[in-house]
Amino acid sequence: MLSYTLKRLAIAIPTLLILIVVSFVLMHAAPGGPFTSERELPPEVLANLNAKYGLDQPLWRQIVTYVWGIVTQFDFGPSFVYKDRTVNEIIAQGFPVTLTYGILSFVVAVVVGVTLGVVAAIRQNTVADYFAVGVSIGAQVLPNFVMAPILVLVFTLWLGWLPGGGWQGGQWQYVIMPVIALSTSFMASIARITRSSMLETLTMNHIRTARAKGLPERRVILRHALKPAMLPVISYLGPAFVGMITGSVVVDVYFSTGGIGKAFVDSALNRDYAVMMGVTILMGALTILFNLVVDILYGWIDPKIRY
Amino acid sequence: MPLLEIDDLSVTFDTADGPVHAVNGLSLTLDRGDTLGIVGESGSGKSQTAFAVLGLLARNGRATGSVRFDGQEILNAPPRVLNRIRAERIAIIFQDPMTSLNPYMKIADQMTEVLELHQGLARRDALAEAVRMLDAVRIPGARDRVRLYPHEFSGGMRQRVMIAMALLCRPDLLIADEPTTALDVTVQAQIMQLLSDLQAEFGMATMLITHDLGVVAGFCEKVTVMYGGRIMERSAAGPLFARPTHPYTSGLLAAVPRVDRGTSAMRAIPGNPPNMARLPEGCPFRPRCPHAGEDCAVMPPLVPAADGRDRACHRPAEEIAA
Repeated sequence: MLSYTLKRLAIAIPTLLILIVVSFVLMHAAPGGPFTSERELPPEVLANLNAKYGLDQPLWRQIVTYVWGIVTQFDFGPSFVYKDRTVNEIIAQGFPVTLTYGILSFVVAVVVGVTLGVVAAIRQNTVADYFAVGVSIGAQVLPNFVMAPILVLVFTLWLGWLPGGGWQGGQWQYVIMPVIALSTSFMASIARITRSSMLETLTMNHIRTARAKGLPERRVILRHALKPAMLPVISYLGPAFVGMITGSVVVDVYFSTGGIGKAFVDSALNRDYAVMMGVTILMGALTILFNLVVDILYGWIDPKIRY
Repeated sequence: MPLLEIDDLSVTFDTADGPVHAVNGLSLTLDRGDTLGIVGESGSGKSQTAFAVLGLLARNGRATGSVRFDGQEILNAPPRVLNRIRAERIAIIFQDPMTSLNPYMKIADQMTEVLELHQGLARRDALAEAVRMLDAVRIPGARDRVRLYPHEFSGGMRQRVMIAMALLCRPDLLIADEPTTALDVTVQAQIMQLLSDLQAEFGMATMLITHDLGVVAGFCEKVTVMYGGRIMERSAAGPLFARPTHPYTSGLLAAVPRVDRGTSAMRAIPGNPPNMARLPEGCPFRPRCPHAGEDCAVMPPLVPAADGRDRACHRPAEEIAA
């Protein structure tokens, strides 16, 4: 298990390198640059700026310098646009926010989704099932960028219960709507996957054995059916996690929560190369890490999988 | 009072193609310590009879009639009642040992939970008892192997685990649903020998469901032959094998490959097992029966015949047995 984990972490290094190179090339291929503005800069000033940030170097050298800075000093460079701030500072400021509502959304999506799915499965074709299926289909068609304005409309403008944006150090009033907006569609997917997987599991032979042992239905479900029913859900968690990271872009824009999603959007609009790279690498690393966690979780549930 | 008394049991499944009648008005009794073989082809309703007794039918299945266990009506009983009887008094071994154990739980946990639940044993005592039972079914190194997962056992060993698990509470009745079908021949013999020894040791009544007549002959005192969800013939095992008096039984016996008669050709019953969704009127065996006549369009009742057997056939026993 340990050697498998280490191997996977080792493979992450070339993966991240490829990510860096591809992002770097794509970023520079896009028209415009960090110092493009309405009022054109004098050529001498532009040349000076480019020289200062190393943009006058050939692309491969820029990449090598960039990677070298990361490897030797964990330095992701200065922001090209916010002159007095480094990428590390920007990420350090935004990431805790994103992580907070991201993890909360993840937990909400998994707990609510799995519960709905299990209830729907064990009460198949009853009112409870139709309710759960209805809710999850309804939620599925509400992606975060639709859910967010609806929430603001209802809870801020009509009811006036919750503030329409801001973060305030993560006070609960400010956290609720971002978490709902981000988790809704994933909760729905998890509910649907759980339901169909649980229905399938309940027809398995070993569940009949568990019933024949005289176990109460509750115990049959929780102890014998839940684990196998969770396997497809767990394989969905990887993509779901990535979806939540990218969803943070929407949440940050709608609710002004100030997470890295906001930094990412701004950096893309401003051609703030360093910030863009920094956030891309962070998201890439998180994705790799999370997929590793999912695989380890798989091995923990299914004794036939040994690494 | 018989241990198990099944009266007019019918099992119907609602399917997209309409209702499927798996068991049709089956009645049988079983006394303490009896060994009863239920024989028939696939789809004859043998297994569904067992599942109905224990309330283990699939969701779309419905059972009507009556099943009394030790005098208590248990057919369609609420889970609370059934769960006190399952494993504790009636245990079942299933056909496929590869999938009937929970692949995600250690053998130890799967076994101890039965004892913890039914007998209130502490985990340690339950584990000791589980190991003792694994020894009894002759699993070598039970003390260590109890900590393994099912996939770490061979098919035969898994069936031994299933048997050990079924016997944990010393049930009054053991239902063995095709216990050797999924195993290869040498292992089959070992498992049947084991079941036979355990039956002698624990003295529980056993209902052995199988399509393998050889297995029945070696194990059961009584035999019930089923076809199309009905009983065709039942008798003590000896006379039935010596002199079948029902066309279906004699067809089944003729189909058993025998070394002493030359092995070149297999004799099969002509035709196919019945489509349970579209059973013919009257005797279900009629379309395949060499003795069938006009009168078979009415189902013959199961009536006592000579030498203490019951048979359901319009033709006289002498005509078939001849």
